[in-house]
Amino acid sequence: MLSGKTRRELPLYLMLLPGLILIVLYQYVPMAGIAIAFQKFTPFKGWFGSEWVGLDNLRFALALPDAEQVIWNTVYISAMKIAAGLVVPLAISLLLNEVTRTVVKRGVQTLIYLPHFLSWVILGGILIDILSPSEGIVNQALQAIGFKPVFFLGDNRWFPYVLVLSDVWKEFGFNTIIYLAALTSINPVLYEAAVIDGASRWKQTLHVTLPGMLPIIVLLATLSLGNVLNAGFDQVFNLYSPVVYDSGDILDTMIYRVGLVDAQYGLATAFGLMKSAVSFVLISASYWLAYRYAHYRIF
Amino acid sequence: MVLSGGVGTRIFRVCNHIFLIALALLCILPLVQVLAMSFSASSAVAAGLVRLWPVDFTLKSYVYILKNAQFLGSFGVTLQRVALGFLINMVLVVLTAYPLSKGVQAFRGRTLMVWLFVFTILFQGGLIPSYMTIRMTGIMDSVWALVLPGAVQVFNVILLLNFFRNLPKELEESAFIDGAGHWTIMSRIFVPLSLPAMATIMLFTIVGHWNSWFDGLIYMNKPEHYPLATYLQTLIIQMDFKNMRTEDAYLLAEISNRTSKAAQIIIGSLPILVVYPFLQRFFVKGIVLGSVKE
Repeated sequence: MLSGKTRRELPLYLMLLPGLILIVLYQYVPMAGIAIAFQKFTPFKGWFGSEWVGLDNLRFALALPDAEQVIWNTVYISAMKIAAGLVVPLAISLLLNEVTRTVVKRGVQTLIYLPHFLSWVILGGILIDILSPSEGIVNQALQAIGFKPVFFLGDNRWFPYVLVLSDVWKEFGFNTIIYLAALTSINPVLYEAAVIDGASRWKQTLHVTLPGMLPIIVLLATLSLGNVLNAGFDQVFNLYSPVVYDSGDILDTMIYRVGLVDAQYGLATAFGLMKSAVSFVLISASYWLAYRYAHYRIF
Repeated sequence: MVLSGGVGTRIFRVCNHIFLIALALLCILPLVQVLAMSFSASSAVAAGLVRLWPVDFTLKSYVYILKNAQFLGSFGVTLQRVALGFLINMVLVVLTAYPLSKGVQAFRGRTLMVWLFVFTILFQGGLIPSYMTIRMTGIMDSVWALVLPGAVQVFNVILLLNFFRNLPKELEESAFIDGAGHWTIMSRIFVPLSLPAMATIMLFTIVGHWNSWFDGLIYMNKPEHYPLATYLQTLIIQMDFKNMRTEDAYLLAEISNRTSKAAQIIIGSLPILVVYPFLQRFFVKGIVLGSVKE
């Protein structure tokens, strides 16, 4: 017979079972499937029938002339996105905090959260239209004030910055939520004391609000470390074209093209493995740092 | 100081209001322009006359889209995936979060189990191995390929389990004494008390399934099986003429590319635009509660 304790735990295991099965099947089996990176893989022969080639795929991947550029693009674009994604929401949440009329505050929040909920297919379609060099409204406006039209999505000098700016457009509003929550948790007594000492609103922001926000800023900065190799597949895929591969092709889009378009499974998995391995180190490090310095635990 | 501070503060407040309102409008301006184009005559759009209000108001673009059999088919696929995916995701997030919210005393296997789930956030197999797994489990080209691989959303599980852990322990203890089992406690106490967190997760799940396009693109073999988001992706972004039948191409020429794309963008985002304002207060609350821990 089962002991009392085990019998009481049995329902808990039963509850976990469906989730466990699915996660093993669709998360852990693919992890084992990384074996493709060391094979000359053909789907028809499968994991067990394909020929093993050792480190050939990894060596070939690193020797590819495009690899270096793609890795650079990935890190460059994501680093700019991370920096902008920390600073812009912080600034806007500080400004929103000064708004005393509830109607205005609510209205602004409703509008700026909205793009977060639209997919990059929708936003990409909008951007392609409004940024079009011949017919787009942005270029019409530029021409009206005497500038030459700019091919924002087809010019390597512009493309990475269009990515960063449009990412800010989609996400900054939503990212103010966390900051605004942190703002409400600052002890009001601190402000009262500052007012008695004669501090202006600006001085209060500088000496009470910002120090009070510091822990959450540090936490978000640390956690964003894990995203250094995620430059945003959905966004890039829906906005780029071969003309801007030089400045806009990132690891994820290249893995897609090499793997699923050109069917070079081994090579694509080799790139994927490198990405997963580096990301693993970065994410683990970020959680460890967050735990160590911000007392943050994910569960 | 009080006087100058008063004037300065007032000037700042006015500027701040103007700036934030302008910024908020700027955020939705592109959407408004696309909305205006979708209701405009194609000639007016081609002449660059449309700004933020329709010119020569017409519903032709919408009529064209709604008559399109493929569009309606894709819409059906999306409804199917949203309904099925929502059901599976919500059941699994509760079933998974409840046991993992227990302490080690009540559930000795908890630490191992929680790590089994959390590890999938830290490390992934990546695109190609995941794709091959789907192929080999034989669910390619069916709605299951869109629903099962993402059925357990570990981030949502963590959000909900943190919420569960902040519920008063006494509730559970007294229910145990009254003879309730885990199933009863979960469904009668934990779930009803977690509505803000549940509402947030529901919203994210529905929006996630509605918006997902990449899985449809790689797991569906025929364009007829594409969910709406994937179909729109091929139409708005790729303009893949291979997928289009000739009569469609004729119709399309008549109403112009731009207006029809604009109408498709609007239809693709319509459910979100309609539902979103009502759910806003839930998700803000849910996110804040999920992120604040003892």
